[in-house]
Amino acid sequence: MYHQFDAVIVGAGGAGLMAALESSRVANVAVLSKLHPMRSHTGAAQGGIGAALGNHEEDHWEWHAFDTVKGGDFLCDQDAVEIMCRDAIDTVYELEHWGLPFSRTDRGLIDQRRFGGHTRNHGEGPVRRSCYAADRTGHMILQTLYQQCIKNRVHFYDEFQVVDVIIDNNRCHGVVALETRSGELHTFHAKAVLFATGGYGKVFKITSNAHAITGDGVALAWRHGIPIEDPEFYQFHPTGIYKLGILISEAARGEGAYLLNRTGERFMTRYAPTLKELAPRDMVSRYMLQEIREGRGIDGKDYLHLDMRHLGAEVINTKLPDITEFIRVYLGIEPITELVPTQPTAHYAMGGIPTDIDGRVTIDERNTPIAGFYAAGECACVSVHGANRLGTNSLVDIIVFGRRAGKHMAGFLKQADLPNLPSDPEGEARRQIEAIRAGTGRDASELRDVMQAEMMDKASVMRDRAGLEAVQATIEQLAEEFRNVRVRDKGTGFNTDLLEALELGYQLDISRCIVAGALARTESRGAHSRDDYPKRDDANWLKHTLAYARDGGVQLRYKPVVITRYQPVERKY
Amino acid sequence: MKVIYRIRRFDPEKGPEPYTSTFQVEMEPIDRVLDGLNLIKWHQDGTLTFRRSCAHGVCGSDAMVINGRNRLACKTLIRDVGSDISIEPIRGYRVIKDLVVDLEPFYAAYRSVMPYLINDEPVPVRERLQSPAERLRFEDTTKCILCAACTTSCPPFWANPEFIGPAAIVNAHRFIFDSRDRGGAERLRILNQRDGVWRCRTVFNCTEACPREIHITQAIEEVKRAILLNES
Repeated sequence: MYHQFDAVIVGAGGAGLMAALESSRVANVAVLSKLHPMRSHTGAAQGGIGAALGNHEEDHWEWHAFDTVKGGDFLCDQDAVEIMCRDAIDTVYELEHWGLPFSRTDRGLIDQRRFGGHTRNHGEGPVRRSCYAADRTGHMILQTLYQQCIKNRVHFYDEFQVVDVIIDNNRCHGVVALETRSGELHTFHAKAVLFATGGYGKVFKITSNAHAITGDGVALAWRHGIPIEDPEFYQFHPTGIYKLGILISEAARGEGAYLLNRTGERFMTRYAPTLKELAPRDMVSRYMLQEIREGRGIDGKDYLHLDMRHLGAEVINTKLPDITEFIRVYLGIEPITELVPTQPTAHYAMGGIPTDIDGRVTIDERNTPIAGFYAAGECACVSVHGANRLGTNSLVDIIVFGRRAGKHMAGFLKQADLPNLPSDPEGEARRQIEAIRAGTGRDASELRDVMQAEMMDKASVMRDRAGLEAVQATIEQLAEEFRNVRVRDKGTGFNTDLLEALELGYQLDISRCIVAGALARTESRGAHSRDDYPKRDDANWLKHTLAYARDGGVQLRYKPVVITRYQPVERKY
Repeated sequence: MKVIYRIRRFDPEKGPEPYTSTFQVEMEPIDRVLDGLNLIKWHQDGTLTFRRSCAHGVCGSDAMVINGRNRLACKTLIRDVGSDISIEPIRGYRVIKDLVVDLEPFYAAYRSVMPYLINDEPVPVRERLQSPAERLRFEDTTKCILCAACTTSCPPFWANPEFIGPAAIVNAHRFIFDSRDRGGAERLRILNQRDGVWRCRTVFNCTEACPREIHITQAIEEVKRAILLNES
């Protein structure tokens, strides 16, 4: 089936909805999402959105920018960080004006709390910068934006899985999508396409991410010659629920919770004397692993304790109600009186589709844009998070850059023409789907189990050459087997077996890029930690990775980091 | 432990009648019912179809009838439901395939109550002020994840699918009692219509079904009272 719009937005989380609100005022825009918008993973964000409102104490967007750059281990593009931290303030007010039910101070202002890596005056001590709505800030953002979309009559196509993007002559002008319910392919012909397809946490076994977070948009762009920027920088959040990976927000530590090892020691005071548990996530996760490796995990196992008991029932029940419920439901533990078993959990992709500060997708070291193609949110790499994202900045990123991308796209639509479609635009997607239907090899679920276990074991918090080479060989083997992958459901309508197989293809592409980037980068920076290269190496590695698909493999190139105000210094907290 | 899943199935491409499939899965008491469905799909029968995403009770995809009660499969542990589990799709909407139902009428009811802040007054440069007490007034109904567990457990809704249903009323409540909103009278007018709030018979099924523990029946009663006060 054929559809024509001015623009197509793929993904209906925070970034996609923000771009839709911005662009649909002036153009005919369709939003495609593989889930109903209210199921998007933005809704799982808990702790808050960072903005220097100063509602409790002095704060400045420049301090926020410095913390972001230092937290990102100096791999952030600082021009983009400055825009994000400055725009964050008006953005939070705008969300409030749209009805977002923030928690309030006694004076009726938006309440703010402490969060990892956010400091007063360049590291003097923690600052209250995270604007929050209990511990369901993402849920409230997703609701508020979707509500505004209903008010503005945005055009949605729910449960449409995008399976190809139409790019030729350096011009993007549509997508091909599989309608889940009917199993039919649809071509959406448009002057511009905006990807807001989210991250790829499901390449790892233990993750806070939803089942749907499989990197679809990033992989589709990659298959069309667009690189993945900084794929090796993947964040592990320190406090996942043991074995399940479900997130326990950093807000718990922001409100004062401790991490304890088997001896009951508050070990973070040794590693980060000023910020302690509120050091950036990469450091806390790494030190947790170090405690475990040195035999100080609880009962000698691979987890540690989060101690919330001293916060008291009032704070726990009113400021952290949802995570408290998760702990009660999934662990059967009462956090008011008991210790909570936690371990690092795969959480957030700093890398993604390279874009400039207006969300335009760029394809090379000189940031050459590809006309009509935009990306925003976790699938994109602006890069505001560098080698490690600070807590609360994911929500800032999706709102600020979702809007900027939507706004720039709206301008582009005014002067752009609608290029003719190539002949048979659905051909490649149809061939892929038919190949999967005809496959006779192993089930997608078997291949996925191996991928997730190996990526977790060898390409997560700590890495080294031997492990990365081993996982690289495994992933190549899985990619080969994927060519003959089998699905059990041969039906047409609502075939989620087929969708999961397609998703596995995307996950394997991304895994290859993560491992290739990690193997080449012989230093430790932010979330990328090499046992065999434990130091940061600015002389050789202060640069972004660009991982391309070339000749059936991954080709790596590099581009410089934009530095404006902050020269790299050693990270101490 | 061995757990038996008895699942109500339907696939229009295979035949017009629903049927039941039985599976046996090796699980732990602390596993989620959703984990078992995934194990079946991945290792026994890839055609088994259901919606799921976050797997920890915040996205609202996997409401289903588990041992006769509406629950989220990802928020229900095996130890709470035993080793012999019956699962059916939620009731009152057309079944598309297995446990997947057509929720469009549910979303249409949600959209009909104008679920967005209405306030045309000029906005301040900074945030509007709202006291913690004003904020607390509608805290409970902000938690809704639109999973449809409440509406599809409601006997008046089963009897009359035109009834707007508890979920839509909950989302109207969230704005009616927000001190910043100015659209309350219009929403109350909508809910005062024939298929609005008065179809509620105070059965409390919705409150029992809500995986977010929203006091739904109480919220509906508050809306009813607001309509009466508004009219008098």
